Amino acid sequence: MPFMSYVVIAYLFLAILLYLLLGGADFGGGIIELFTSEKNRHLTRQTVYRAIGPVWEANHMWLIIAVVILFVGFPRIYTTMSVHLHIPLLLMLLGIIARGTAFGFRHYDAVHDRMQAVYNRIFVYSSAVTPFFLGVVAGSVLAGRIDPGAPDFWSAYVASWLHPFSVAVGLFTVALCGYLAAVYTVGEAKTAADRQRFVRKTRLLTAVTVGAGGAVFAAAYREGIPLLHWVLGNAVGRTALGLATASLGLLWYRLGRGPAALLRVLAGFQATMILLAIGYAHFPDFLLVRGGPNLSLVRELAPARTVQALGEALLLGSLFILPALFYLYYSFERDKSRGVSVDG
Amino acid sequence: MDVMDDFLAARSQMALSLGFHIVYSCIGMVMPFFMAVAHFRWLTTGEAVYKNVTRAWSKGVAIFFVTGAVSGTVLSFELGLLWPKFMLHAGPIFGMPFSLEGTAFFIEAIALGFFLYGWERFHPWFHWFTGLVVGISGLVSGILVVAANAWMNSPAGFDFVNGQYLNVDPIKAMFNAAWLSQALHMCIAAFAATGFAVAGIHALMLLKGRNVAFHRHAFTIAAVFGALAALVQPLSGDFSAKDVARRQPAKLAAMEALFHTEKPAALVLGGLPDEQTQRVNYAVRIPGLLSFLAHGNFSQEVQGLDRVPAADRPPVLVPHLAFQLMVGLGTFMMGVAALFFLALWRRKAWLQSRWLLRLFAAATPAGFLAVEAGWTVTEVGRQPWIINGVLRTADAVTPMPGIAYSFYLFSAVYVSLSCVVVFLLSRQIRMVPALYDVAPPTALA
Repeated sequence: MPFMSYVVIAYLFLAILLYLLLGGADFGGGIIELFTSEKNRHLTRQTVYRAIGPVWEANHMWLIIAVVILFVGFPRIYTTMSVHLHIPLLLMLLGIIARGTAFGFRHYDAVHDRMQAVYNRIFVYSSAVTPFFLGVVAGSVLAGRIDPGAPDFWSAYVASWLHPFSVAVGLFTVALCGYLAAVYTVGEAKTAADRQRFVRKTRLLTAVTVGAGGAVFAAAYREGIPLLHWVLGNAVGRTALGLATASLGLLWYRLGRGPAALLRVLAGFQATMILLAIGYAHFPDFLLVRGGPNLSLVRELAPARTVQALGEALLLGSLFILPALFYLYYSFERDKSRGVSVDG
Repeated sequence: MDVMDDFLAARSQMALSLGFHIVYSCIGMVMPFFMAVAHFRWLTTGEAVYKNVTRAWSKGVAIFFVTGAVSGTVLSFELGLLWPKFMLHAGPIFGMPFSLEGTAFFIEAIALGFFLYGWERFHPWFHWFTGLVVGISGLVSGILVVAANAWMNSPAGFDFVNGQYLNVDPIKAMFNAAWLSQALHMCIAAFAATGFAVAGIHALMLLKGRNVAFHRHAFTIAAVFGALAALVQPLSGDFSAKDVARRQPAKLAAMEALFHTEKPAALVLGGLPDEQTQRVNYAVRIPGLLSFLAHGNFSQEVQGLDRVPAADRPPVLVPHLAFQLMVGLGTFMMGVAALFFLALWRRKAWLQSRWLLRLFAAATPAGFLAVEAGWTVTEVGRQPWIINGVLRTADAVTPMPGIAYSFYLFSAVYVSLSCVVVFLLSRQIRMVPALYDVAPPTALA
């Protein structure tokens, strides 16, 4: 396999991972408002905004990068998903429209009146709906219920995604996003009392996420999906799960007084390990098809010259994107630590 | 109740999504340049009014960037949701501009982050530069996306053998024969449309006598951009017409309502084409002019639709009317632009006159109507093909039934989204005295 094929596959996983970590925390910012009492909601909202405000647009670019890699580099995977997961993708898109515009509008509305409550409500609900359907899509890609030869509407376009496993993965994704955002906010707390509040919320969301993870395994068991075997059946999966668990213990222990950067790195590490544990068992298969053959990242790769050009475009793009993105994150972290207000 | 046919619904949903996205993204890619000029004037002259204009416009840019970004994200999925059999083959061939566009769009988002939150935080010229980068990367994104559309009109970079797409070369596909003329025409159109829309709104505020210095400065910057673009657009239009005549004679025949091959060919102005009788009623004909516009001399033959097999003919009524509308609006804008420059250089008094401002206020939607009309010409004129001469649109549509419901849903979403955008802009404009035009302009101080 030529070198650029590895580059393209690596960037696909990188884009998915970064979207989960950055876009996910961004979704989580809305989700934790659902877990916040009325009187603390304003504080939470301000804190979340301080954490993501300047970079929230950039966080969502990773989804576009992942989609473009899929349709240029792996057209059959992209079109199979588009056809058989049409409905959850459509619902996810409605969530993306509602959430992106509500976030932007609540900040750029020149008049701050009752409309703010409308934007907030749309933002909070779409923050949960969007990652839920993203998770449903991810679960459906792994569940093996997609059937290109399905005879009727139900089995071709609904049963492909509507089953307990993908719903459980959807709920787990929502919980994970909330968890990531909660960990980020701990580092943003300005007073000890605020920190205590955010720590409590993080513990709550940790428990919810672990519970949702258990539900994913239970649903897989009920549906006859060998998830346990995928994760624990190989050394990489076992190691990844072990490290994720160990780092979760460390995070739980250090939550009260650990430095913000450590907590964030640990949370990001856990999400990375979860993705690795689930993705590794099938690699290079990506989309599991009922009755097979599965769609593999190696077999479904686009023609050689396209892969070459796509890989070059991604490498070239990184030369521009990564330093600029790093400087953007750096500048606003620096200003936050100096106590400069982050307002548009 | 009869539900809309899936194919028609898919086409309608795509047209709707692109029709909205084109407006959001034109404004999002052009306004940063207006902003950069105002910002430049603030940094070089220190006149507070320029800073106020910059800040007010940056909020507009942010609102349109948000809507443009989400509608663009939606489109990257809709290509597959609606046209999977097209994307299965076309993705690896015409995907190159999209993969570069991903980078350009990302840079735009990062630069916008720097710009919006960077006031008083970075070196003033670095801050100015980030605003300029928003515009440049937006423009590059626009050019790349249009290059991908140009490939559908002028497929290149593969060999089509027995239904197989072989010898794929994405670089050749990107630099297809249509990319330059289409990208040029679209970019100039974006400047003309946004310039006229922004200038028109500020002209309206001037007519109402509100925050005169603020709106006067804003009006002048936008009007100069819009007028300049409106004056050069006919040149790129001529370039495009000759290009289409060479590459897509069927599209040219449809937009000119030329049912029968003529030598020399008359230009059909206006009129109502009747596709049954193959005649154009109520039209004005100028002998020989179409030969000149399409091929550069007054006697050359221009191919009519009779040379195209019946199954491959595009519709005529819609492209012809849309084309007439685009040219008519373009001519009107060119006239307004000429008057504006005459006023700027020779008749300063006109600039203070109400009639010129009224003219601009009336022209507010003209550019965007022309953009939508031009988009209709290029898309409907390509039918029945999704890849010209290679794949039919009807063969590319998703097998999933019930697309009509998705179309209704998206219609509702886009219409309400546009209502909210208009609502937000009107609030921004209403709040100018309180938020942006606070310091008294030095000219009056």
